[in-house]
Amino acid sequence: MRIPCPFCGDRDLREFHVMGGAEWLARPAPNAGAAAWDAYLHQRANPAGRTRELWLHEAGCGAWLMVERDTVTHAVHAVVPARGAAS
Amino acid sequence: MRYSGWQLLRQAFQGNRGWKAHWRRPDPRPEYDVVIVGGGGHGLATAYYLARQHDVGRIAVLEKGALGLGNVGRNTTVVRSTYMLPGNGAFYSFSLGLWKGLAQELNYNVMFSPRGVISLFHSDGQRDAFARMGNAMAIRGDQAVLLGRAELRRLVPWLDYDNTRFPIFGALLQPDAGTARHDAVVWGYARAADRLGVDLIENCEVTGFDIAGGRVCAVETTRGRIAAGRVGIAVAGHSSRLAAMAGFRLPIESHVLQAFVTEGLKPVMDHVISYGMGHFYISQSDKGGLVFGGDLDGYASYAQRGNLPLVEHVMEAGMTLMPMLGRARVLRSWGGVMDMSADGSPIIDRAPVGGLYLNAGWCYGGFKAIPGSGVAFAHLLARDEPHPVAACYRLDRFATGHLIDEEGTGAFHNRH
Amino acid sequence: MRVEGKGRIRNTVSVPFSFDGRRCCGRAGDTLASALIANDIRVVGRSFKYHRPRGIMTAGSEEPNALVTILRRGGALPNQRATTQELFEGLEATSQNAWPSPGFDLLAVNDLAARLMPAGFYYKTFMWPRGAWARFYEPLIRRAAGLGRLPRIADDTPYDRAFAHCDVLVIGAGPAGLMAALAAARAGADVILAESDRRCGGRLLGEEEEIGGRAGHEWAAALEAELRGMENVRVMTRATVVGAHDGGVFAVVEKLAHHLPDQPGGVPLECFWRIVARRSVLCAGAVERSVAFAGNDRPGVMMAGAVRSYLNRFGVVAGRRVAIFANNDDAHRTARDLAAAGVEVVALVDPREEVGISGDYPVLTGARVMATQGRKGLVGFTVATASGRQRIEADCLAVSGGWNPVLHLSCHLGARPRWRDDIAAFVPAPADAPGMVPGMRVAGAAGGSFSTAACLREGAAAGMAAARALGLKAQRPEIPAAQDDAGTLSPLWLVGEGRGKAFLDLQNDVTAGDIGLAVREGFAVSEHMKRYTTLGMGPDQGRSSGVNALAVLAGIAGRSIAETGTTTFRPPFEPVSIGVMGGAGRGQGFAPRRRIPSHDFCTRQGAPLADTGLWQRPLFFPRAGEGNWRQSCDREVMMVRRAVGLCDVSSLSKFDIQGRDAARFLDFVLATRVSSLRVGRMRYGLVLRDDGHVLDDGIVARLGRGRFVMSTSTAAAAEMRRHLEFVRQCLQPQWDVHVTDVTDHWAQFALAGPGAREVLAGLLPQGARAAGLPPMGVAEVRIGAVGARLFGVSFPGGPGCEIAVPARFGPALFDELAARAEMRGGGAFGIEALNVLRLERGRITHAEIDGRVTPGDLGLGHLTGRPGDFIGKAALKRPGLRDEERGQLVGLRPAGAVKMLSAGAHLFPSDVPATPADYQGHVSSAAWSPTLGSMIALAFVRNGRARLGERLRAVDHMRGMETACVICAPYFLGAEGEMHDG
Repeated sequence: MRIPCPFCGDRDLREFHVMGGAEWLARPAPNAGAAAWDAYLHQRANPAGRTRELWLHEAGCGAWLMVERDTVTHAVHAVVPARGAAS
Repeated sequence: MRYSGWQLLRQAFQGNRGWKAHWRRPDPRPEYDVVIVGGGGHGLATAYYLARQHDVGRIAVLEKGALGLGNVGRNTTVVRSTYMLPGNGAFYSFSLGLWKGLAQELNYNVMFSPRGVISLFHSDGQRDAFARMGNAMAIRGDQAVLLGRAELRRLVPWLDYDNTRFPIFGALLQPDAGTARHDAVVWGYARAADRLGVDLIENCEVTGFDIAGGRVCAVETTRGRIAAGRVGIAVAGHSSRLAAMAGFRLPIESHVLQAFVTEGLKPVMDHVISYGMGHFYISQSDKGGLVFGGDLDGYASYAQRGNLPLVEHVMEAGMTLMPMLGRARVLRSWGGVMDMSADGSPIIDRAPVGGLYLNAGWCYGGFKAIPGSGVAFAHLLARDEPHPVAACYRLDRFATGHLIDEEGTGAFHNRH
Repeated sequence: MRVEGKGRIRNTVSVPFSFDGRRCCGRAGDTLASALIANDIRVVGRSFKYHRPRGIMTAGSEEPNALVTILRRGGALPNQRATTQELFEGLEATSQNAWPSPGFDLLAVNDLAARLMPAGFYYKTFMWPRGAWARFYEPLIRRAAGLGRLPRIADDTPYDRAFAHCDVLVIGAGPAGLMAALAAARAGADVILAESDRRCGGRLLGEEEEIGGRAGHEWAAALEAELRGMENVRVMTRATVVGAHDGGVFAVVEKLAHHLPDQPGGVPLECFWRIVARRSVLCAGAVERSVAFAGNDRPGVMMAGAVRSYLNRFGVVAGRRVAIFANNDDAHRTARDLAAAGVEVVALVDPREEVGISGDYPVLTGARVMATQGRKGLVGFTVATASGRQRIEADCLAVSGGWNPVLHLSCHLGARPRWRDDIAAFVPAPADAPGMVPGMRVAGAAGGSFSTAACLREGAAAGMAAARALGLKAQRPEIPAAQDDAGTLSPLWLVGEGRGKAFLDLQNDVTAGDIGLAVREGFAVSEHMKRYTTLGMGPDQGRSSGVNALAVLAGIAGRSIAETGTTTFRPPFEPVSIGVMGGAGRGQGFAPRRRIPSHDFCTRQGAPLADTGLWQRPLFFPRAGEGNWRQSCDREVMMVRRAVGLCDVSSLSKFDIQGRDAARFLDFVLATRVSSLRVGRMRYGLVLRDDGHVLDDGIVARLGRGRFVMSTSTAAAAEMRRHLEFVRQCLQPQWDVHVTDVTDHWAQFALAGPGAREVLAGLLPQGARAAGLPPMGVAEVRIGAVGARLFGVSFPGGPGCEIAVPARFGPALFDELAARAEMRGGGAFGIEALNVLRLERGRITHAEIDGRVTPGDLGLGHLTGRPGDFIGKAALKRPGLRDEERGQLVGLRPAGAVKMLSAGAHLFPSDVPATPADYQGHVSSAAWSPTLGSMIALAFVRNGRARLGERLRAVDHMRGMETACVICAPYFLGAEGEMHDG
């Protein structure tokens, strides 16, 4: 697999560390309640198809990236810096 | 037809023309008392124990393809109970006990082979952690032996003790753990369940749930609507997709775990050996292939295949630990799709929808869990209350914080 | 035997080799297989299950029978294909799976008992008595199974790995691949042409046919030379593409020294390439398939194309009286070529009624071979025709059932091949099918186009298309004239008339009868059939058997082949040594070693080193007269308590955190408040995960208003670095803060003990000020001209401090400090003593922070009550994390006759048996404290803080120990929380 890092260009999978779903970007307020925190920490859409994930270009520029990827075909559709990608 | 050496002889004289199909191929009935979604190891075992140990009426297992071609047919067949935490320990210990008599129970040789599982450690700290696990095992009645370097060397002299990057300090040995033949487990449970009247329905993919008044009353399938009193989901790897059909999320991400087998070789290793520093484990199958694997690739995947960086890492781990492996050649690689739960432990519980039950989140512990999971899930489906050995595997434990985090890696689905 | 005047190898150079100890002679350019044929060696091994004699069947890597062991100086290489093993002088090969010899094998008795051992028989028996399987039956089966023997000695063969990038990867250098490479290269694309053989040409190397008016193999050689002369082309021979992976990554194994005698030093045996290609063209050709008939496995039964290759390329033939049995025109070329070379062709047996081709040999149409004869090699066979049966004497039978495109790589990402009735073969899915390798085109026989002219045309077109897809201008290269007739074929999979085993998979000994049994037993799905019969699970992964088996299965099950479908094709295309993929991991190569600044000092002092993560740290510094680690450790502990000790703590993580929002950032990252810290002071803190559990602990020092240094553990370094960056970039991107991992930039040493300040005072010009550094204070000082940092903290407890200098000055400073310490009766100490010292003071490490503990468990719950959000705060509210029955950190001391305590022991009430129901907790760390003259331990005990003074029993079955102990506060010297203030 190759990930096109927006800062470094097309790079091999082995340069990256993957954290998990982009759900990690939507951190609730501290008082959002148990359900919101359970959803944030544990519950995942986990789609068979397009998904968004957080990857760290660890052996590269050190940027956290949001990678839009297909979990069935492994095609990589878009990669943007995670900074500012929260929505 | 009962299987035995005598039967083999009898059939041989008839030119082996008298053997019957392992299971029937019934068309689905319009209604069942219990429908189990998923014709893998867990679904089939659940159906078998439901029919055998409970009185719940008509039972069907729905499988989207052919039986047993998901994770139960693509794992590395290790059966062990090397777990430290109380919830896991009691369950896997129970499951291992069932493995020991499974061939006789099913009248099918599942080839459970207690060849010993060796978990290596490489520092004083790891020794202490393994001692803690070994003590947990011994205290609950499992076999566990902490081996020093010299004792281990007598058992497996051909590891690299002297030059490897992380020197081997010793190992935790579970002598009565081992391997089994994965396909035989499927066919054995399928045949036994079929003989108890369970309808095993293949090529029947569930496409939706009919939920009325907060309670599931039927499943929609590619072979029509099937009404059901209760529905159990046992589709590890794809649990999230079924949950989405029923309108809820699960604390699960699907990840790919790769495995490998070499060409056939004459016997070269007896035990199952796992190498903690390298996420590497290996055993030799009865056919002679070395079967081995490593860690998750790390990214979410439903693709049943992984990529080269992990492949090479697994090979490197093998080479630093047992450099004789260099001359063996990998014949085939494959990937399984794992239900990775948020704490690394499974879920056997009621779903948030009435009448719907979950058997999910097995991470990579699913194969060895099959008999235990079957008994526990059948119990839950039949009585609507958890089996004592699986009472910790609650769906709400993430929200309440009663986690079973064997690895201590936290709420990262891909880290367990 | 050799055929005079045939062959394209250097027939004059003779090459001695041996097989099973028998001395033989081959020719330069031979494969082991062609040399064995030349030497009239027919039986090369025994089969997997029935131990039947087997001979060479093919001329390629799909060979099912001729798997041999090649003896190399470093150790034997099992399961090598004789058909692809190039001959070299002195090659020694042995047969496999036969005892005592392939000529006479005791386990051949299995063949007689075959009826008792149909497919899947082992699932139905060996179950009684319980336990007998593992003790008795399984060991017997394991001994009989397997092929070659893996030597139990380390593989020290050199291997290599490499990356390459290209625009177009052409897979296979037959007529299609050569043209594809030429077309793409002329368009200016960077091309890699990968070919398994040692020469380009593919089938042309074994055929008598012309391209552009010259011999096909010469045409190929000329084009290979032209391509090698182009700067933008890399021709890789002996290189097999074994896997197609995501993102245009291909795995390629290049054989570098298999064809050479043992090399003194250095020359890698193989190289594992990861080739990243923007486009690829699959020109992998096709592989001939057999027909199943009774006795079709006898030595002497070969593939028709292989017979042709051996004749035309190597000048050898495997018999004196050769017959051909084929359902297609292509195989008639075998008869033609043999006859032209003067080999006696005794019959051409063709099941088709109408066959247009004939030569100077008997042709039997509408005929089928129904059985063969010959115990250890073919002597004759029986043919059934409309007019009856006849026996024909022959010692070689060339069989062809048609050709199967080599489409495996096109399926590695999940695509399913589709069946074409017109050529009776599976072909790759169309380029836009789901799971097809993105950017891959297929050309030539790999796509089902079998004529040479079609291969040339399609290859050129695919090469051009690949180049154009990359935005290059491509022109059609001139396509030379070649034969354009793919011939006809009438499908034939199984001749069911004969008695005896009709093999489909020769490698796993699976017969047509086994398929029938599988269907009767309900295993009619192709994947079930495969698993039940083991068909296609041998070393060739069904390449020689798969399609035939599916056709037979379809016939028995009453379905079409298209409906039956294939099983899944998975990497590798051809077996790959673990050595070439992972050889770099051998020995020390598995992971880097990180050295602390005082590494040389440790080595000079003879300190044994231990791994902590990737770091190597000294365990202890042995002195004369000390017999074991305990004596050294005890001395070092007492040295610290009484005088002064020096410890290299550089491996601890250090993060430089700067920015206007640095304090805010740390308030958010740590459970402890940092913003209230004054400049020049330090504070102990916990870093939680957002699930409320402790990730690590550490010390934060404030160097300026917006400048901090945070020091955390060695163990969690990588995770901490990711975590801090995640928080900075993803959770709080609006804050002005930067985090730099400066672990490697600073050497840091702990001085501990009553003499610590004296050691420093002499070193620092501003010694007086340093001596005045308060506990948990930090100062920037100078040692000579070097800027240094002084931290008023002592992990071992008691008086002490840590000093940090830029890493390059570390070794010199450590030497100096050690010398000064020694003058005061102290010296360096290792991590064994450090562990005792920290335990005495109740400092926790990752033995305690095991990923499941909360601040409350550690007795630090008060830190988390503060207002404001921080990582982990919300999740801490969960009832499961607040439960009083959770294990709480306490101390333990022995309280009975047994004085030992061990980490990993479980704790129980004194008066009840040790059962899970009465579990109270576990011991996390234990050590002998020479200061106290007692074992001491840290433990987690249910509701432990409320149980100080209570007696428990520590049970350690693993070490055979049981110790009565008493719960105490989790520190043994000093005061509670002494490090936490600042």
